[in-house]
Amino acid sequence: MSYLSHTDAERRRMLQAIGVDRLEDLYEDVPQGLRLSGLDVPAGLSEVEVLRLMQSKAAENLDLETRPSFLGGGAYFGYVPAAVGAITGRAEFYTSYTPYQPEVSQGTLQVIYEFQSMICLLTGLDVANASLYDGATAVAEAASMALNATGRNRVLVPDTLSPEYRRVLSTYAEGIGYDVDVGPIVEGGQLDVTEEHAAVIVQNPDFLGSVVAMEKLATLAHSHGALFIAVVDPISLGILKPPGEYGADIAVGEGQNLGGWLSYGGPYLGFIASTPNLQRRLPGRIAGATVDDRGNPAYVLTLQTREQHIRRERATSNICTNEALVALGATVYMALLGKEGLREVAEHALQKAHYAADRMGAVPGFGVATPSPFFREFALRCPVPAEEVNRFLLSRDILGGLDLSRIYPDNASLRDCLLLGMTEMTTRNDIDACVSALTDMVAARSTTREPAGVGGRA
Amino acid sequence: MSEPLIFELSAPGRRGYNLPDIDVPRQPIDTLIPKEHQRSTAPSLPEASEPTVVRHYTRLSQLNHSIDTGFYPLGSCTMKYNPKIHETVAGLPGFRSIHPLQPDSTVQGALGLMFELQELLAAITGMDAVSLQPAAGAHGEFTGLLMIKAYHAAQGRLPGTVIAPDAAHGTNPASATAAGYHLVTVPSNQRGRVDIHHLRRLVNEDTAALMLTNPNTLGLFEDEIVEMAQIVHEAGGQVYYDGANLNAILGVVRPGDMGFDVVHLNLHKTFTTPHGGGGPGSGPVGVKQPLARFLPVPNVVRDGQMYRLDYQRPETIGKVRSFYGNFGMLVRAYTYIRTLGREGLTQVGRDAVLNANYLRARLNDRFDEPYPGPTMHEFVLSGRRQAARGVHTRDMAKRLMDYGFHPPTVYFPLIVEEAMMIEPTETESIDTLDAFVEAMREIAREAEEEPEIVLSAPHVTPVGRVDEARAARQPDLAWRAASTGFPKAEEPAAPDTPEGV
Repeated sequence: MSYLSHTDAERRRMLQAIGVDRLEDLYEDVPQGLRLSGLDVPAGLSEVEVLRLMQSKAAENLDLETRPSFLGGGAYFGYVPAAVGAITGRAEFYTSYTPYQPEVSQGTLQVIYEFQSMICLLTGLDVANASLYDGATAVAEAASMALNATGRNRVLVPDTLSPEYRRVLSTYAEGIGYDVDVGPIVEGGQLDVTEEHAAVIVQNPDFLGSVVAMEKLATLAHSHGALFIAVVDPISLGILKPPGEYGADIAVGEGQNLGGWLSYGGPYLGFIASTPNLQRRLPGRIAGATVDDRGNPAYVLTLQTREQHIRRERATSNICTNEALVALGATVYMALLGKEGLREVAEHALQKAHYAADRMGAVPGFGVATPSPFFREFALRCPVPAEEVNRFLLSRDILGGLDLSRIYPDNASLRDCLLLGMTEMTTRNDIDACVSALTDMVAARSTTREPAGVGGRA
Repeated sequence: MSEPLIFELSAPGRRGYNLPDIDVPRQPIDTLIPKEHQRSTAPSLPEASEPTVVRHYTRLSQLNHSIDTGFYPLGSCTMKYNPKIHETVAGLPGFRSIHPLQPDSTVQGALGLMFELQELLAAITGMDAVSLQPAAGAHGEFTGLLMIKAYHAAQGRLPGTVIAPDAAHGTNPASATAAGYHLVTVPSNQRGRVDIHHLRRLVNEDTAALMLTNPNTLGLFEDEIVEMAQIVHEAGGQVYYDGANLNAILGVVRPGDMGFDVVHLNLHKTFTTPHGGGGPGSGPVGVKQPLARFLPVPNVVRDGQMYRLDYQRPETIGKVRSFYGNFGMLVRAYTYIRTLGREGLTQVGRDAVLNANYLRARLNDRFDEPYPGPTMHEFVLSGRRQAARGVHTRDMAKRLMDYGFHPPTVYFPLIVEEAMMIEPTETESIDTLDAFVEAMREIAREAEEEPEIVLSAPHVTPVGRVDEARAARQPDLAWRAASTGFPKAEEPAAPDTPEGV
């Protein structure tokens, strides 16, 4: 097999050097009764066979590179510039380990430092770490920081926090032993904060796409001694006010859309930033600038007394391996975009979402259910169950939106709603094709079934 | 040889990326987003052309040691060769550009791959059911411990402690805390294995689980594992397998047959998904049947010819991350398993063990071997002989860099003084191993005859020895535009700390 290096003659020579007759002698500590007679795994394949196998599996998936899609909900199909792949594809980056030995890891360490810097610039906060697994676990880690910082045992989240994030947060809460109070959808900036809450965790834009009055909520949280944690879409920060400007103590989010692929949900990129007084409570790796023994600038993993390999059971988090390569991709992406580019990517999403909302919401029977202002996503109320709309769109080779009745089964105002998301990859043609499809669906229904209009549950 | 920060290569108006024009009718931004919600100033991201950006990061890449440029014998990290076909496959549009919220019917290839991978990993580990959701090894530990907690709770029990050996990876105790458990440490005996008599005294009705890696972090197989599992099971506890060291025993013995109830795997170790400079990883968890009902949702199931995501598990611990796991890593690991097949995987374990023992046999006359072998995939030497003459393991690790090698994991496991933990993996040739042996022996000689050259190492790396204490005492964690300072706070420096694992 080509990934192994030895010939049988070499193996014999090595056994001789070790001083044993057979390789089995090296396994003498493994009790005989436990030995396996053989793995229940198929026989191996040559490279070309495995490539064909994998190509056939890939071909069974409908990808977003060749058809319109309006799926969002925390993962976005943005353009990945070729230069991003050229850098993340460099073996010096992707085949290296965590930079424990700084003298031979300056590349990775400086990238982490640059990534931390860019996250600080985006969020308007002072300190950031090297990365976390994804947006959902970043929320859970931020909650843990707040619990430790305040000594309190509950957190409060509105139900417009991503359902994926709420679900992960409650798993962590169950494990660590704290309570998550889910408040009603923020309406007029009201939330039931008490002195028992360690943190209020608010997503902006919220899961339905609306821009939230964060300043008011931050003040409310602080007036009860709770920390304010903002969950943000990094692209939105090209236009929207950064967490540091409205008093957030911690900002977290999903960085997949900073030049990362969709990849069916992972690997993604959790990021976390905080005010300086919380820096010793941050989870995971942090790189810092220092000097070498010749006085030259150098970078190194630092503040390690927070981490599991030093503090063991007293660490701030158990995280070890994180998402360094995805963070590298995001760093290159942000460097390419620059100051103006980030705003332009954000404006693409914003303008297209509003065009789509205007056009789709005007199709008879349809309407926009997300209150303004909204950024890149909105809920579209449909005259028939959302699942049926998606099915019809798929028959036109369009991947529709997320069926919100699956997420909010008890919320009557979101019944028959689709969540639709836009990026810079969405074109006017995509939106117009979707509008035609919706129009045709309504027309087909009215001629075949419902003589008096579409007869939806208006 | 220092490379400026990307911010220092920036000049106003430069750009590295062009977007198409917005092709829908544009409305003034202020009419869409009220001014009070907009940021007052644009973030000071660098402004640089594509060639500048590419050259900057290419230069930075050249400051790294990596598997493709050299030997990387980090113990417990399993830094094996990452096959190139994996990158080609993971980059197919049908894998890289599918959205996690697509209908199941439109991602049958992805779901089928995940279903098969669940089955393959179950077969390799001897477990009954697998979740692919955890994003890394530590995340898998957390997930496994939550399932153990749920299992006990379902029986009306709330045991509060997790036992782990003093030689355990740091993530074990940290994960125990994260899962709400109190950690109890069991010492190792003189043979470098868990002291079973001590374990017997520690285990009681408050024992939720014993966490073990086998082979352990000394590279030794825990030969009393069956008895240990029995002790824990009789007290009602569960036995947890940290899969960091699975590589040694692939195809030889399975955790499920040793008495383990829960395992996590590190696909970025045993199944060679690239480590990426610190991730992404992937930490699937396998369980025996009694715990299967607590697995995270969703799991991939097959209904006839169709695969689907199954959320209908009323007793699930819930979700531990968004969506379904690090799918891109699952694609690579699946490709690896199908390429190697049953014979290939078994040969992986055998050659990994052969390579470790070859290095051990050729180095244990020059360095102390606190726990004599044979070992499995890795072994631990002590630099105490050299330390007695003033040359410490840290110095020898730095000197190895001058010879073109990445140092082993050092100062870990904590039970070995001046530890050097060496894991060559199966993909290294005898030529590389011999060159490493020569370098190590030469460094041992230098330590005796010309210690200064070791004490001042490294000499030929992009930077000299890095001042870690200063980094910790005066944290400089982010670049700031010139007008603003960054906060300074005093931090205690860490003592000799584990490097690796």
